Amino acid sequence: MKYNILIGGAAGQGMNTITKLLSKALKRHGYYVFVNTVYMSRIRGGHNYFQIRFSDQPLHTHENSIDVLFALNQETLDLHQRRLKENGIIIADEDLKFDPKEFALPIKKISKAIGNKKAENMILLGGLIKLFNLDYDIFTDLVSKSIKKDLSSNKEALKQGYDSLKPKFLFIGKQRDDNMLINGNTAIGLGAIAAGLGVFSAYPMTPAASIMNYLTHQQKKMGIIVEQAEDEIAAIHIALGASSAGVRAMTASSGGGLSLMVEALGLTAITETPLVITDVMRPGPATGLPTKTGQGDLSFLLTASQDELPRMIIAPRDPEDAYYQTIRAFDLADKYQLPVIVLSDQYLADSQKTIPLLNTKVEINQYLSKDQAVELPYERYKITPSGVSPRLIPGLSEYPIIADNHEHDGFGKISEDPVNRTNMHLKRLQKLRSLEADLQEPHYFGDENPDIVLIGFGSTEGALIETIETYSGQKKIGALVFGDVYPLPTQKLIKYKDKILINVELNATGQFSRLIRMETGIHCTESILKFDGLQINAEDILEVLHEKF
Amino acid sequence: MKNFKVFNTENKISWCPGCGDYSILQALKEALFELDLQPNNTMIVSGIGQAAKTPQYVNANSFNSLHGRALPPALGIHMANPDLNIFVTSGDGDTYGEGGNHFIHNIRRNPNIVHLVYNNRIYGLTKGQSSPTTDLGMITSSQLDGHKTPPINPLTLALTLGAGFVARGYAHHRDHLKALIKAAYHYKGYAIIDIMQPCPSFNKKNTPEWYESNTYYLENHDEKDFNLAYNLATHVNEHIPLGILYRVEKNTFLERLDHIHTPLLKRQVQQKDLELLLDEFL
Ligand SMILES: Cc1ncc(C[n+]2csc(CCOP(=O)(O)OP(=O)(O)O)c2C)c(N)n1
Repeated sequence: MKYNILIGGAAGQGMNTITKLLSKALKRHGYYVFVNTVYMSRIRGGHNYFQIRFSDQPLHTHENSIDVLFALNQETLDLHQRRLKENGIIIADEDLKFDPKEFALPIKKISKAIGNKKAENMILLGGLIKLFNLDYDIFTDLVSKSIKKDLSSNKEALKQGYDSLKPKFLFIGKQRDDNMLINGNTAIGLGAIAAGLGVFSAYPMTPAASIMNYLTHQQKKMGIIVEQAEDEIAAIHIALGASSAGVRAMTASSGGGLSLMVEALGLTAITETPLVITDVMRPGPATGLPTKTGQGDLSFLLTASQDELPRMIIAPRDPEDAYYQTIRAFDLADKYQLPVIVLSDQYLADSQKTIPLLNTKVEINQYLSKDQAVELPYERYKITPSGVSPRLIPGLSEYPIIADNHEHDGFGKISEDPVNRTNMHLKRLQKLRSLEADLQEPHYFGDENPDIVLIGFGSTEGALIETIETYSGQKKIGALVFGDVYPLPTQKLIKYKDKILINVELNATGQFSRLIRMETGIHCTESILKFDGLQINAEDILEVLHEKF
Repeated sequence: MKNFKVFNTENKISWCPGCGDYSILQALKEALFELDLQPNNTMIVSGIGQAAKTPQYVNANSFNSLHGRALPPALGIHMANPDLNIFVTSGDGDTYGEGGNHFIHNIRRNPNIVHLVYNNRIYGLTKGQSSPTTDLGMITSSQLDGHKTPPINPLTLALTLGAGFVARGYAHHRDHLKALIKAAYHYKGYAIIDIMQPCPSFNKKNTPEWYESNTYYLENHDEKDFNLAYNLATHVNEHIPLGILYRVEKNTFLERLDHIHTPLLKRQVQQKDLELLLDEFL
């Protein structure tokens, strides 16, 4: 079984609340849940919607066609009715225009009778519980815990909605629930905390801001500092300062903020300071589409900075991956003393997925040296075969530690000597070679001997997995999904170099296929590119595949 | 070595002969020594410029940041390890121009940092363009028929933003400057000293002679009188007061973060606390 519910209305109509309640309740029933959010850059009004999918089988992405359309206003009906499946149903107030009206609810009448206009969402939710024959007690428990204001009238609304409909779908019994439900941004915040984050500094920008919101809520409990900086330039430099003094630090923004942070990538690299920077992508250029999704920052971040520098870019593929990759980003930043960029996007940021319980037992290693262990006189930037020098922390060492953003010698002393410059530049870039030992090859799904290999990175993984699962064409098919995108791991990729390679990306110029070509000389045969601000899914990809192959 | 020379480095100084920076450097090293600080518990942070080269000439921890970006990493270092004694040493362009936004917001934050601004009213490193403190009408390499935009006044700005320690020094009066640096160090919070400084190469107006005849030492001054301090700070071209214009106690950045009890550097994460974080997702 697999159902797709769309909840739509204007911002401020309480969709957020019922989406939260419903998705959590479904998870507690033991279902796999996937929730994605499509919203406009508005606080009130506009058209926003959530799609909740649930199933007894794992889910990886959203779906276009709808089983249940749950409309809080006419606009939702007008916009989404055409996506209804053949026997799909609509739940909405009886006074709105839609057809068939089998599941119309007297929402306005009930809310009037109860005397709480704000409880309309609860009436709808009540109806839905009955429709799917769900466990009413799970909902009342959640409602009691999460609704602070007018609890009794909200409960009454839930009850009356419940009593107004008849069951339509069969509830297939409670299964074991050992999952958690979390979105990408929260998983990044949680991962950072688990990795021992001490300082988070950022300037708010959609769709990255919810990382800061999450961390702000945890800062007292966890004894960390969350600083809202005056701008993104300050944000990254504050984090960098903290990290240089030995505390794990992170900043996060979207493309606009990353544009302002660029100068500090160079500073991070030349001072050989570890730093984790999260970019939650949205479409640009400039302000672009603030609340929509895309993968257009890849090329920019591959080379952004003065001159050349070692950096790593990791694109998490789902909330679980976002958590573990954030932890890994801190580890590798420390191990190689360089900037690591976590490249996420709005879709991953705001999509909730059921995932196995996260492991919080994290081994933290900052790869620091000790006074007794270093060769004297101590050279903070000593040239070594790996490019990584022994790191002491200012104040924890008897030696003063020098960080200088001019070209410098092993001691940190400014030097314009051409030989020193050449050696130092190569030393820093050497870290990219050393890092290869820690690279993770992409995930592969599908046929062992494929004709076609779809290639993607980051948050499109879900769409690619479902594509593989549901493709019904003649060819044998597989998908390669990269998490580490730079440096690019190439071993698996090379195995498939003679197949039909199709890059699937959310940008117009095929940035990832260009990276592959640059690093390996391998050309993708076809591309599936989408850059309208909405996430691609299996249906979109299959449409192209079935047409061409 | 029982004198300021513990703070000497062997690096060759690349300032012009007669530059005020020499004198500021010497005052700083002597102050560090007299404050009984050590190279490994002192942290000098700067941006880019002639003034900002100071860390290369002081034997201490240092973080030389980008142009305009001295204060943000200094704040980050302070968050991580408040036991480090942080001195920011940067020019007027670095602090009030490229780094202007950080200057403003650090005053609001009030971290425990000493800030020495080497104010030569000109861009030294890039060879004589005007700076945010260059006087109206002064001819510079970027304003050939005289600077057209009036200067900002960093100290009235600092005062109106709520700075709790506001002082003005003069580079060539080294002992007086040293005393200011020591007082700034003892102040709990953000302490700014705007140090007027001749630039023999590019500023032909504000010469040592000019400063000698236009400055005086503040005496019997009420350091808590805001209006008086503001008034005194407006004098940047004649009758310029040298000394601590304003000094009042304020809550510092870390005092306001009442959940931070131990330096972050020494913080231990409890496994139990991490596990509790998962509850809300179940
Ligand atoms: C992003 C950036 N822009 C411009 C410069 C060039 N630059 C270096 S120092 C400086 C101004 C120096 O003036 P000031 O801060 O007053 O210091 P001084 O040299 O006079 O001591 C400029 C414009 C730079 N290094 N980085």
